[in-house]
Amino acid sequence: MSHRLPSGGRLIDRATTLGFTFNGRRLKGYGGDTLASALLGNDRMLVGRSFKYHRPRGIVASGPEEPNALVGLGQGARFEPNQRATTTDLFADLVAQSQNHWPSLDFDIGALNGLMSRFLSAGFYYKTFIHPRAFWKHLFEPTIRHSAGLGRPTSEPDADRYEHLYAFADVLVIGGGIAGLQAARTAAESGARVMIWEQSAHWGGRAPVDDPDVEGMPPDDWISATLHWLRAQPNVTLRSRTMGAGVYDHGYALGYERVTDHLPGLDAPRHRLWRVRAGRIITATGAIERPLSFAGNDVPGVMLAGAVRDYVVNFGVAPGRRTVIVTNNDDAYRTAITLHSAGLEVAAVIDARARATGDLPQRARSLGIRVMTGRAIARVRGGGRVTGVDICQHTGTGAAGALIACDAVAMSGGWSPVVHLWSHCGGKLIWDAGAALFRPDPARAPTGADGAAFVAAAGAANGVMRGAALLADARAAAAGGDAPAPEPEAITPVWIMPAAAGPGLRAKMWLDFQNDVKVSDVQQAAREGYVSVEHAKRYTTLGMATDQGKLGNINGLAVLSDAQGAPIPDVGTTTFRPPYTPISMGAIAGEARGDVFQPLRRTPMHDWHAAHGADWEPAGQWRRPYCYLRPGEARNDAVAREILAVRGGVGLIDASTLGKIIVKGPDAGRFLDMLYTNMMSNLAPGKCRYGLMCSENGFLIDDGVVARIDEDTWLCHTTTGGADRIHAHMEDWLQCEWFDWRVYTANVTEQFAQIAVAGPKARDLLQALGGLDVSSGALPFMSWAGGRLAGIPLRAYRISFSGELSYELATPAGHGLALWRALVDAGQDLGVIAYGTEAMHVMRAEKGFIMIGDETDGTVIPQDLGLGWAISRKKADYIGKRAQERAHMTDPDRWKLVGLQTLDGSVLPEGAYAVTDARNANGQVVTEGRVTSTCHSPTFDRGIAMGLVRHGPDRMGEVLRFNRVDGTTVEARIVDPCLYDPKGGRQDV
Amino acid sequence: MSDPVSALPGARYTGYVTVAEAGVQGMITLRGDPSADALRRALRAAIGADMPDRRRIVAGTAGAVAWMSPDEVLILLPHGEAARVVAQMQAALAGEHALVVDVSDARAMFTLRGKGSGADVREVLAKLCPVDLAPAALPAGEVRRTRAAQAAVAFWIDAAGVAHLICFRSVAQYVFDLISLSARPGAEAGLFPDP
Repeated sequence: MSHRLPSGGRLIDRATTLGFTFNGRRLKGYGGDTLASALLGNDRMLVGRSFKYHRPRGIVASGPEEPNALVGLGQGARFEPNQRATTTDLFADLVAQSQNHWPSLDFDIGALNGLMSRFLSAGFYYKTFIHPRAFWKHLFEPTIRHSAGLGRPTSEPDADRYEHLYAFADVLVIGGGIAGLQAARTAAESGARVMIWEQSAHWGGRAPVDDPDVEGMPPDDWISATLHWLRAQPNVTLRSRTMGAGVYDHGYALGYERVTDHLPGLDAPRHRLWRVRAGRIITATGAIERPLSFAGNDVPGVMLAGAVRDYVVNFGVAPGRRTVIVTNNDDAYRTAITLHSAGLEVAAVIDARARATGDLPQRARSLGIRVMTGRAIARVRGGGRVTGVDICQHTGTGAAGALIACDAVAMSGGWSPVVHLWSHCGGKLIWDAGAALFRPDPARAPTGADGAAFVAAAGAANGVMRGAALLADARAAAAGGDAPAPEPEAITPVWIMPAAAGPGLRAKMWLDFQNDVKVSDVQQAAREGYVSVEHAKRYTTLGMATDQGKLGNINGLAVLSDAQGAPIPDVGTTTFRPPYTPISMGAIAGEARGDVFQPLRRTPMHDWHAAHGADWEPAGQWRRPYCYLRPGEARNDAVAREILAVRGGVGLIDASTLGKIIVKGPDAGRFLDMLYTNMMSNLAPGKCRYGLMCSENGFLIDDGVVARIDEDTWLCHTTTGGADRIHAHMEDWLQCEWFDWRVYTANVTEQFAQIAVAGPKARDLLQALGGLDVSSGALPFMSWAGGRLAGIPLRAYRISFSGELSYELATPAGHGLALWRALVDAGQDLGVIAYGTEAMHVMRAEKGFIMIGDETDGTVIPQDLGLGWAISRKKADYIGKRAQERAHMTDPDRWKLVGLQTLDGSVLPEGAYAVTDARNANGQVVTEGRVTSTCHSPTFDRGIAMGLVRHGPDRMGEVLRFNRVDGTTVEARIVDPCLYDPKGGRQDV
Repeated sequence: MSDPVSALPGARYTGYVTVAEAGVQGMITLRGDPSADALRRALRAAIGADMPDRRRIVAGTAGAVAWMSPDEVLILLPHGEAARVVAQMQAALAGEHALVVDVSDARAMFTLRGKGSGADVREVLAKLCPVDLAPAALPAGEVRRTRAAQAAVAFWIDAAGVAHLICFRSVAQYVFDLISLSARPGAEAGLFPDP
């Protein structure tokens, strides 16, 4: 039985009793407990079921390496699956439930998979679900998905808030054990800005449990003295409950701070993601103990030896009353001594080594503990709980000898340095055969921009496990220089126990407890030809569970290397990737949710639109009214109403989102002649001209009206989406190619609110405001003038995208709403309405005007769109000119722009293709055109469209067939793209 | 005629730092060769300030000038003065290769005010901006152009520890909401000690 000891527990406060609930049962723990220690204190060893076979699973470890004790934590909007009980601090009224069981933890139907284990071996899915092909989509995948995954996420929105925090340090120390603390101190003494993170709530790591003293002081005293010193330094930042999640290029590191996990409901960010740039990073991340691979090593009650003594020393909890210790090294004897000192029975120490003569074994013997060398565990007895172990010779095949009754087994296969963070950014490892561990190779450290190492490992993370050598190693990591070589570890590698175990035992030796990968699976993968460790990992799923193989990977690759007859370093490790342990989605998102998920750009008139029925459409990060819905009105009806109102009277559209870029300087004209396909240098001040911009490859990237402001200043209008992109395009050419041209640009998009006033009554409306002379004589089509209307300063551009008489009014943004309101008020008698983007789109389509993003898709050149009139033949060059002369660009077979009218008046589907009866070599239908814009035109009361068609302009009047989603086709006639007022009389009045 | 309106008139949130919209603010972009005498003379005549050193903001008699890039500064002055000063500088720089343009209405401006010397203000900005905000790395009067979460911003911290932050007008609500969220009580991280 696991139970609470009558005394002891350096981290718990027995005066504070905390009630909590596990699987509906009310239990009690103490302040300072983890959920794992509290469960063990209540004899709840069984905490979950494994993924594949639904085997009963007990707590194995005491830290973040725990593979089994994953629980669903919290309720409702604060529920979170897959939380490790070993790193969950107990709090009052915590609610947890076990996972992957049905109908209950104690009786689970999925455990029947265990009986099928002979058929569920490595690669089972790959081999079984291949044939018949159709079964995968309809039967296999849905079934597998149903049983896949451990915890289930809640469907409610997360109730908590999260944040990021950017910080900078000269030296970032990851890990707050004694190596990390020493490294931080050494770095701080040099004057460096130091930050140190500890993943748990407690500083000092394993030293208080494992070490009798640190530099002659009791470990807790050394830790508190060092912390006291560090906290007093202005150049040191200490964060506990902050895990180093990842190390990246250029000294970037992520820290995952669990701010209120132990104080749920507090009005504070739950997690904080530290985004740190550090000059150097020291990984003092400690080491993780390895299990031993013997039959039944997954039975609840079998735990890591280090974890067993952690629970006794830190929490006053004993996993069992009578414990067998099994080891291949001296370190595990610490557990024997700890248990004995706590008054618990140690049935025996089973040591696989032929001899054990170190100080620790001798001390154990002197305490009267039975030490059996050269022995191994043949198999563990018990199903839901350990009841005993059969002992055998380690060198044999596992013929059972004596049975030792026990209720717990503490195993130690040695310690593996936590090399994850060292490895994230390219640090390499060396295999230390004597110590049986991979350690960081200082000659192949992660390097920065200067080629120098920016990560150093310290202490146990560097393979230097304890004592003065560990502190010296930490000082060397922080200050440079070499540390003296550490004492060699007293260990003999043991990868399979017993060494000559047959197939029956090997199929019960677990490597990956969560994913149910056994020694036999890895050996089978090797037999089937999986040479690469990465392939064997994916084939067997070893190390692919939520713990990412923290316990099992080294054992697994050692088994693989043995099966291949290749040395361990030749097999290598799988890739270590961030995060070190899973971090919450909330921490990754930070502040970016809800209203601030992403910037929502608002024009100065945004609130007016919202108050007048705007049906919003995203345009990049802007929101623009698609139309203005009146009560009870459908979208189509609103769009039609708006168009007819503009064509018959006057309407307003908020065009503030259009890009506006000032281009000024002695070389500005020359520059614009290069940027646009047509001439801009000869535009007279006060005049406007429509222009096209192409990329170097000739493709049309933007269009808009350019106004010449004065002798050396032009204002370039871009599309809404093009404002930033085209400004960057201009600066790119100015800074990188034509750096000697005297041109300055300024993006003034947001300086101006812009309102298009369109319709036959537009002039009447502006005249009603009073001020600027907007008569056709004073302000003819394609010109502009500055002045005031209703006292508001503005520029009026006589340009039209609707085909109607139209003015675009640009006023400083701070006056935008006032101008809009003045127009609405003054236009009441004229029946003025506000219209949205869809009305604008339809009206321009009626006029046959192209739209960047509809008629263009990055593969279209102006010549495809019948825009040859906007390409200057006088100019020697412009961006894209040479590309447009390439053979493919001048190919007469290129699809070209035409208008399309369905014979039945219906609206062509978006993106429909013109199909022929021919088939290509692949049996696909040959197409000869596609629809680029299509809509219902209220003006003509029928569907209208534009499209690109092979030889289109030469085929006026021909009827094409366009495909529809339902498999039928619809006929449409090729017509001129400009349907409305082809002579242009309406806009030029 | 109407008075110009700022992006979020009167917007204010008090958390462990108080963020407030600063109202209308005159701003002029000046591009040119900062070492040119004509440019320096025009700047001095307009607002009585010298050209700032790299990344600095300097106060003049009638406004302030913030370094933006090797060939660009931002002039800050009362909103009502901007149009007049633009015209004055354009006249003074006639014939020079320089750009003077009024951008007063293109921007929104916020102040962030904390309780002590500004350590809390620096922390709130550090939640949003990938900038080393330690006082030694970002002394008072130094301008940073950076981003706040997903929006472009520029800011400086004055001698009183108050931060002045400029963003584009269209994202004013987003930036205000971001700062308010980051300044909510309970989110104090203690990044910088307040001496």
